[in-house]
Amino acid sequence: MEGPYQHEASDSAYQFTKAALAKGHEILRVFFYQDGVLNSNKLMDPQADDRHIRKQWSALAIENNIDFIVCVAAAKRRGINDTVTAEGFKIGGLGMLTELAIEADRLVEFRA
Amino acid sequence: MVVFRTAPYGGIYSFEGLENVLIMGAYDQDVSVLFIDDGVLAIKKGMDNSGTGIKDFSPTFRALEAYDIEKIYIDRASMEVRGVSLEDLVIEPEVIEADAVEKMMEEQKNFFMF
Repeated sequence: MEGPYQHEASDSAYQFTKAALAKGHEILRVFFYQDGVLNSNKLMDPQADDRHIRKQWSALAIENNIDFIVCVAAAKRRGINDTVTAEGFKIGGLGMLTELAIEADRLVEFRA
Repeated sequence: MVVFRTAPYGGIYSFEGLENVLIMGAYDQDVSVLFIDDGVLAIKKGMDNSGTGIKDFSPTFRALEAYDIEKIYIDRASMEVRGVSLEDLVIEPEVIEADAVEKMMEEQKNFFMF
């Protein structure tokens, strides 16, 4: 996934996750990777008339009890650790993306 | 299938792709790797990036074999357009045509694009 705001990828991923849940699909996990790890930053503070991407994600994770994993190597490069990640996000390894590919029927990637 | 379609060092994608392939190998998965478009440049020999400060990861592609990843392909047209031949590469992928790429893609469960 890409970083928030710069591209639409984060918004698309969020809308897709929400829509899939609404249709009764199971979301095993959302994996935040590369600049996508910045979606988890609790210091994110956009202007009031814009959507708050991080808060949207946190609410979705908590309401639906979904695993939101932030890739540890990508996060460390970008100054994200568990003191910076918001509620609903957990730090995890790249292997969890491979596990997703094995376990899920479909894996959808959101890129710029 | 892990698809490399961007040139290395200008962006992080090919490095991340390599990391992904190695992890999948460690999970004993049936992984296919495809180099296409600018991705064929990711495995070029003799790149000197010493002035960039970016880690030189190209030789690490040689490790794929050690992880039993044998299904490695490269798109012929992408090579030709960029003047790349097999001797220019750090590994020896199987050269395939566009229709074989298409067929192979139809058989995949997942795609990881880098």
